[in-house]
Amino acid sequence: MVHTGIGNTGHLLIIISFITSLMAAFGYFKATNNNEVGKSPWISFSRTAFILHGLSVIGVVVTLFIIIYNNYFEYHYAWSHASKNLPPYYMIASFWEGQEGSFMLWLFWNVLLGFIIIKTNRKWEAPVMTVFAVVQAFLASMILGVVIGDLKIGSSPFLLLRDVMNESIFLINPDFVPEDGTGLNPLLQNYWMVIHPPMTFLGFACSLIPFSYCIAGLWTGRFREWVRPALPWTIFGTMILGTAIIMGGYWAYETLNFGGYWNWDPVENAVYVPWLIMVASIHTMITFKKSATALKTSIILVIISFILILYSTFLTRSGILGNASVHSFTDLGLSGQLLIYLMFFLIISIVFAARVWNKIPSSEKEASTYSREFWIFIGALTLCLMAFQVLIPTSFPVFNAVIEFFGGISTLAQPANQVEFYSNGQVWFAIAVALLSGTGQFFFWKKMDKQKLIASLTFPLLISLLLSATIFILADVHNLVYIVVLVAGMYSIVANSKILFELLRSKSFKLVGGSVAHIGIAMMLIGIMFSEGYSQAISRSTFIISKEWTDDQNQTNIPLFLNEPTFMERYEITYRNELMKVNDIPGYVKKSNLNNTEDPYYKVVKQNIVIDSKTYAQAGDTVYVQSPENFYYQTDYKDLETGKEFTLYPRIQVNPQMGDVVSPDIKKLWGRDIYSYVSVKPSFEEDIEWSEKIEVEVKVGERFFINDYVADFNGLERLDRMSFADLGPEDVAVRANIIVYAEDNEKYLAQPIFIIQNGQVGKQPDVIKEIASKISVESINPDTGSVTLGLNTTQKDFIIMKALEKPHINVLWIGTLVMIAGFIIAVRRRYIEFMQMRDKGIE
Amino acid sequence: MKKSSIIGIVVIAIAIAIIISTQNSASSYVSFDIAKEMAQSGSSKKIHVVGELKKNTVGQVIGVNPSPDKLSVSFVMLDDNNFEQTVYYNEPMPSDFLRSEKVVVIGSYHNEKFVADKILLKCPSKYEETEL
Repeated sequence: MVHTGIGNTGHLLIIISFITSLMAAFGYFKATNNNEVGKSPWISFSRTAFILHGLSVIGVVVTLFIIIYNNYFEYHYAWSHASKNLPPYYMIASFWEGQEGSFMLWLFWNVLLGFIIIKTNRKWEAPVMTVFAVVQAFLASMILGVVIGDLKIGSSPFLLLRDVMNESIFLINPDFVPEDGTGLNPLLQNYWMVIHPPMTFLGFACSLIPFSYCIAGLWTGRFREWVRPALPWTIFGTMILGTAIIMGGYWAYETLNFGGYWNWDPVENAVYVPWLIMVASIHTMITFKKSATALKTSIILVIISFILILYSTFLTRSGILGNASVHSFTDLGLSGQLLIYLMFFLIISIVFAARVWNKIPSSEKEASTYSREFWIFIGALTLCLMAFQVLIPTSFPVFNAVIEFFGGISTLAQPANQVEFYSNGQVWFAIAVALLSGTGQFFFWKKMDKQKLIASLTFPLLISLLLSATIFILADVHNLVYIVVLVAGMYSIVANSKILFELLRSKSFKLVGGSVAHIGIAMMLIGIMFSEGYSQAISRSTFIISKEWTDDQNQTNIPLFLNEPTFMERYEITYRNELMKVNDIPGYVKKSNLNNTEDPYYKVVKQNIVIDSKTYAQAGDTVYVQSPENFYYQTDYKDLETGKEFTLYPRIQVNPQMGDVVSPDIKKLWGRDIYSYVSVKPSFEEDIEWSEKIEVEVKVGERFFINDYVADFNGLERLDRMSFADLGPEDVAVRANIIVYAEDNEKYLAQPIFIIQNGQVGKQPDVIKEIASKISVESINPDTGSVTLGLNTTQKDFIIMKALEKPHINVLWIGTLVMIAGFIIAVRRRYIEFMQMRDKGIE
Repeated sequence: MKKSSIIGIVVIAIAIAIIISTQNSASSYVSFDIAKEMAQSGSSKKIHVVGELKKNTVGQVIGVNPSPDKLSVSFVMLDDNNFEQTVYYNEPMPSDFLRSEKVVVIGSYHNEKFVADKILLKCPSKYEETEL
C-alpha cells in the first residue's frame, strides 16, 4: 500500500514552516524598527509565528522519521537510505545520510537555539530573531520541493519513488512498493555516524548566535553591548564544532584505512577553516570585554566565521568539488539556491557593517608590545593566516568555476600530495599558536613590562627546555621541525600550567578555562607530531609479494598464511580465521561454520557454537547476521619480550555501493597504537586454482587423510529439503558428514551434498578454507557400503597485512578531552556573567 | 613607523608567501598531451587528468588488464580530448572501477608510461541509487 497521507502531511508542514519563518522575520523586523521589547504586538505576533515554525519543523522531523522507521519504501528517501535489516539506532543515521535530512537537522537545532534566545534574552529578541528567522526561511527553502513553472525550489524528502524514478513498473502498477530499501551505506553503520553529524550541525547552528547578535548590534546601534550575550555561545559553538571535527577524525581513524585521522580533503578543510576563525573571534571578543579594544576585529571575525560556514555548506553540497574530493555528493540541483543563501548574508553583513563603520568605537592609542591586547591580536592574526593557507587551495574549484564563468580557462587542482602540502604549512602556524598561547597567558593576568616579563618567562622556559630535552633523548627525536614543535608544545603546557596553579591557589576556579583549553591544544599538537611524524610500518618483510609493486609496498606488507606463525617486529603473529559477527552470539563465528541460505542475512550453523560451556546455537540452527557484508580476520599477536598476547580483528567490508572497504583494528597500548589492516585479500572463492581431483573410497567410521589432515567419515544423512533445489518425491539428496582435525585441536565439519534429481546426478562440494580443500561426494557404492569422495587441494589461505605503529596517539585524544573541559569551564563562566548582568537590567 | 603598519606589512608578506607556495605546489587538470609535454620539458610535477575508460561499440569497458596476481592494474583511458593513454596503477583495481562514469587520475609520465598514484572515481550509483 502506498501511504500518501503521511508524505503530504510532511510536505505541508515544510510549507508551513517556510511561511511562518517569513512571517516571524517580517514581524521581528517591524518590532526592531519600532524599538519594541517584551510583550508588544509585533513581538507577540512574531513569537507566535516562530513557535509555529518550530513546531512544524519538529513535525517534519517526526514525519520523516516515521516514514523511515516504518519502512515505507514507496518514499524515495526511505528507499534510498534505509532497509528492513537496519536496527533502530542506525535508522537515526539514515535520517541524515541524505542532504534533505541534514538540512532538517540544521533547521531543528536552529529552532531549539531560537527558543532558548526567546526564553533567555527578551531585550535582544527582536533583532536577533529577525536574523534567525531569515536563516530558517533559507534553510526551509532547501527542502521546500515546490515547482513554479521551470523554477524548482528545494528538494523535498517526501517524494514518492514513483515520482522520482522513470521505471516502467510504475506504468503497469502505480502502487508498486519495493520489498526492501537499498539501505544505509554500511560504512556509515557506525556509532560515530549517529553522533558526529548532529554535533557538526549543532556547531553550525551555534555560529548563527554570535552572528545574529553582531548584526543586531550593528543594526540597533548597540555596538559594544552585543559582545557579552554572544560570547558564551561563541565558546560553546567552538567547543561543539571542535568536538565534532575530532569525532569525524576518530571515525576515519577507526573505519578507513588511509592510516590516520585527517586527510586534508576539501570536505574536512571546509569545516576546519571556520573553526579556526571562531577560535580567533573568541579571543578578540574577550580582549574587547577586558579593554575595549579589538571591537572592529571581533565584528569582522564573527561575520567571517558565519559566512565561512555558509561557504563550506556551498562547497560540500553544490557539487562544485566534483573532481577534487574523494567524497561523493549527490547534486540535488540546489547550487543556485545555496549561492543565493551565501551571497545574501555576505551582502547583508557588509551593508550593515559599512553603514555604521565610522561610528563603531575604536581606541586611537596603539596597543603596547607589553599588553595582552597586542599579543592576543597577534594570536588571532596567526589563526586567520592559518585558515587562509587551507582556504586557498580548498577554493580552487571555485576559482576555476568563476574564471570559466567569465570565459577564461583555469585548471588549478589540489596539490597532488595534499597531506604533505597542508601539514608542512600548518605546522609552522601551530608552533606560533603554541608559543603565543603560552606567552599570552602571562599578559592576560598581569600588567607587564620588560623586567616582569623576563622574570615570569624564565622559569617556564627553562622547565620546558629541560622536559623537551629529556623527551628528545628518550624518544629519539632528531627532525628539526619536530624538535621545534615539541619545544613549543611543552612551553605552552608548562606556561599554562603555571598560570593554572596560580589560579587554583588563589581559588579562582572558574577562571581556569583558558589555561586548561590551551594545555589541551598543546597536548594535541604533541600527540599529532608523534603519531603522524613517527608513524611507521612495523609489518616489514623481505618477501616480494608482487613484482608490480613498489619496493616500499613490498617491504611494508607482510603475507600471513593460515595458522603459520610469522615474526614481525617484537611480535609473533598468526592469522587464525575468517570470521563473521552473528546476532545474539558474543564475539565472532567462523565463516566456515556458517552455511549460506537464499537470504544473505540468515545462515545455517554447521557445528554447535559453544562459548564458555554455554551453547549459543546448535548444528542446523538458523541464525541472523545483521551485517553479512562484514568479514573479520583474526590475527593473534604474541609479544616476544613480555610474553603478553592479544588478538586483532581487522575487517573487510564487501560494500555493495563502494566495493571492498578495508577497516583496521587497533590495539591501544600505553605508548602507542598498533594499527593493522588487511591490505589485500585474494578472493578465495573466485581466483582459486585447484589441484587435480583425487578420489578416495571410504566406509562409515573410516579414518583417512585430506590434504595431510586426519579426517573421519561419519556417514551419510538423507535431507528432506534443500535450500537451493526443490526436491520431488522421486528425488534423493544425501549429505556426507566428515570431521577434519586441523591445527590447535580445531575440528572442521565438511558436508558435501549428493543429489539425484529427475534422474540427474548433482554434486555440491564443500570448501573448507582452513585446510585448503574442496570435498565432494563422487558416487555412492551400495554394494561395498562405501562412498567415493573427490578431494581437491590448493595453496593455504592467506592474507596480506599491513601494520603501523602510532606512537603517543593517546596524547592527542587526552589533549582533546582536556581542551573540551577547558571550553566547558569557560562557557560556564561567560554564561553566568551574562545572566548576572541581564538580571541587573544592564543587558 | 607605526607598529600597526609593521604588522600589516608582515601579514601581507605572509599572505603573499602562502599564495606563492600554494601556486608552486598546486597541481592542475590537464589533458594527456599537455602532461606529456610537461614531462618532456623536464617537469616531474604530478598532474590531474580527467577522463573515462575506453569502451567498445556496445559500451563495454575494454583495455583493463589486472596483473596476474591482481595486485596492480593497467587500463586504457580517454581524456576529454579523446586522447588515448595506457595508465599504470600499482594498487589492486578499485572495486567500482568498471562501473565508473568518470575517472580522475593523479600522477605523471615516467618516460612513455603514465603512472597514477591515486585514482578518484565518480560512480553514477555511488551514494544514490538511480534504478530499481
